Amino acid sequence: MMAFADLLERLAFTPGRNAKLAHMTRYFQTAPDPDRGHALAALTGNLDAGRAKPALLREMVGQVVDPELFAMSYDYVGDLAETIALIWPTAEAPRDIPLATVVQALGDASRMQVPGLVAGWLDVLPPSGRLALLKLVTGGLRVGVSTRMALTALAAIGTVPRDEIEELWAGFTPPYTPLFAWLEGGARPELTIRAPFRPVMLSTPIDADGLAPLDAAEFTAEWKWDGIRVQAAAEGETRRLYSRTGEDISGSFPDIVDAMDFDGTLDGELIVRRGDRVAPFGDLQKRLGRKSPGKALLKSHPAALRLYDVLIWQGDDLRGLPFAARRGRLEQALRGLHPDRFDLSQTLDFADWAALAALRADPPDPVIEGVMLKRRDSAYVAGRPRGPWFKWKRDPMVVDAVLLYAQRGHGKRSGFYSDFTFGVWDGTGLVPVGKAYSGFTDEELRRLDRFVRTNTTDRFGPVRALAPELVVEVAFEGLNRSTRHKSGVAMRFPRIARIRWDKPAAEADRIDTLRALLP
Amino acid sequence: MTAPLETLLIPRPEGLYCPAGDFHIDPVRPVDRAVITHGHADHARVGHRAVLAAQQTLDIMAIRYGADFAQTTQAADTEQTVNGVRLSLHPAGHVLGSCQIAIEHDGLRAVVSGDYSRVANPVCAPFAPVPCDLFVTEATFALPVFRHPTPETEIARLLASVDAFPDRAHLIGAYALGKAQRVIMLLRQAGYDAPIYIHGALQRLCDYHLEQGVPLGDLRPATMDKAEARALQRAIVIAPPSAFASAWVQRFADPVIGMASGWMQIRARARQRGVELPLIISDHVDWPDLTRTIEEVDPAEFWITHGREDALMRWAELTQRRARPLHLVGYEDDPE
Repeated sequence: MMAFADLLERLAFTPGRNAKLAHMTRYFQTAPDPDRGHALAALTGNLDAGRAKPALLREMVGQVVDPELFAMSYDYVGDLAETIALIWPTAEAPRDIPLATVVQALGDASRMQVPGLVAGWLDVLPPSGRLALLKLVTGGLRVGVSTRMALTALAAIGTVPRDEIEELWAGFTPPYTPLFAWLEGGARPELTIRAPFRPVMLSTPIDADGLAPLDAAEFTAEWKWDGIRVQAAAEGETRRLYSRTGEDISGSFPDIVDAMDFDGTLDGELIVRRGDRVAPFGDLQKRLGRKSPGKALLKSHPAALRLYDVLIWQGDDLRGLPFAARRGRLEQALRGLHPDRFDLSQTLDFADWAALAALRADPPDPVIEGVMLKRRDSAYVAGRPRGPWFKWKRDPMVVDAVLLYAQRGHGKRSGFYSDFTFGVWDGTGLVPVGKAYSGFTDEELRRLDRFVRTNTTDRFGPVRALAPELVVEVAFEGLNRSTRHKSGVAMRFPRIARIRWDKPAAEADRIDTLRALLP
Repeated sequence: MTAPLETLLIPRPEGLYCPAGDFHIDPVRPVDRAVITHGHADHARVGHRAVLAAQQTLDIMAIRYGADFAQTTQAADTEQTVNGVRLSLHPAGHVLGSCQIAIEHDGLRAVVSGDYSRVANPVCAPFAPVPCDLFVTEATFALPVFRHPTPETEIARLLASVDAFPDRAHLIGAYALGKAQRVIMLLRQAGYDAPIYIHGALQRLCDYHLEQGVPLGDLRPATMDKAEARALQRAIVIAPPSAFASAWVQRFADPVIGMASGWMQIRARARQRGVELPLIISDHVDWPDLTRTIEEVDPAEFWITHGREDALMRWAELTQRRARPLHLVGYEDDPE
């Protein structure tokens, strides 16, 4: 438990992705089986140890600490598990308990036995071990690690590529002992996984200049829909909906899963669709946030797949076929599928790049965010190869905004003010509309840093308030309504496109300009 | 409130005042005569007419404020009489020179502890409990959640991180007086004998510790240029936390930012400071040491100068001890 606790501690405080990976890899290399397998399960959300509700923990701590002192402490610390971990009396000689022992015992325990078990462990563990234990039993690690990151770190303990691990991942169960044995030089396990995730093929960005030397006749074009890219895999009784990083999101989309009465693996865009109308991304976001959506939400926000490709069909692996051939198979496959849940991504007619540019400039639906280009002869390969598939996104929306607050960056940007909050005019005041961390060169970063240091009007901890003087052109991919932001709008992927050292702040845009862009 | 104690000590807006001896202890505003427990800026202020303190505290004040920080100064002996009040100094275990002030008059003894710690500290003498009628304590970390691990385990975490990321310089924020030198000494005791880089703001106080016989080892100014800073391997750099907001830090590529402070025990605090490696190293008593000290000193009454007095008042209620919060304004929470 202590090695795992130490890992969680470092992950919680480490902002950089590479450093996070290094911490996880080191842990997987040094922790014994089956502890490390349970840790992997915890990090990837596959450990079902959430056996204690906050109310139970409060009751437990009430028996060992004066309730008033506890209340003052909780008030100060602000996190229940952390407060209990810190305040619980420490043993004369604290000792470690293997993570596997804890997981095993929790799995075997009845509901009545859980409090006694947890209290017994709290009595012997050192404080950091207590925190890890409490985070486990309340089911909230929150260390900012995705399944893909955990598997990337895992791959680094051996020589098996991550893509290969991802393909088999769904076939392993905690504590993953055969998986570790394979990665550390053992034989590749023979697994019969039903409906596994197949690593997704991604496109690279391109623009008109990049397209000019290419032969338009060799490509097929489709609209690029603003949903999320998913993979629907069904085999026998098993049906799974995967995100493009391999996370299983079936639970959030029972409407899709119910309609997956086919045998194969399809690639498409997950959207909310009402009849023919594709809803804006914000509607899909409502669905993404729910682990098990209620009937009302399923009805008001029906999900659908707009199909791009077919990878496996009725036992045949089609990934080696040219795209044009797969597309034919996809069209056939679609005939048996429920039209409310599945439809086809239309191909576009265009004679040359100029014709495609005209289509791209005037898409028929606001939820289109550009065009996709696929070589007719392209096989379906994992990753992001350069050449077979391109995305030619519509031009980003832009707005001129004023920098309002700045915060220092981490890692290579330590000491530089690189994280900015910007706002637009609302009446005579400026209202914050977003944050941007990127889009500028190193030279511009240094100049921005100097600007922040000489134009600070106030400080709130690490945040500096700035004199509202510098205008930046912010580019963003779309706009959603938001009740969480004072401005009522939330930008997608904002970044600083240009710094307008020349432009007076009074000439920055107004909130009405943004509102007009809402879908 | 028993009246006789008030002839010995009364809280006033400018600080604790001894009517019998006509002097203040650690006053926060300029006064005629001040007795100072230790050199931290919130306790040792500039502008008093006459200052009595341990020689090391006077030296530290002179380093920070210039030699003319008071009209007259007097190095305190272990014992002396001031206007008929017996005044003695006892180590507080907080920073170099830190002392508790004991005052006795008419058969009553009060001890003003200043800031103090019970954990062995290589840069200063250990805290000596002095039985008394009135004990005046700080309450910086007076919540039962504050139970600081041993500083050695925290230094081991730092060294483990240096092993894990040898090419990322480890920048450790530490208060310039006391904490910085303690972290350096803890590293030396853990066997780290490489040069340690220090920010310019620490230079004079580190020099003074060396003069006073604290073997800090090989210290180098952290004024290298960018190329040098980026070529460093296994480097540890100590700097005041404020330096992380300055352009000085930009010379390091992807550093690990750490902070040595008792506050690092609270995750939200560490996150708020953008700290990647929180090191729980405190120069103040934690909750077990604070309550243990009051039990050991066993005063008829104790007063609380500053900090989290609510929890300590509750503890007093539970243990049936007489206590009084002073709510003195002007002392900071561990001024990082």
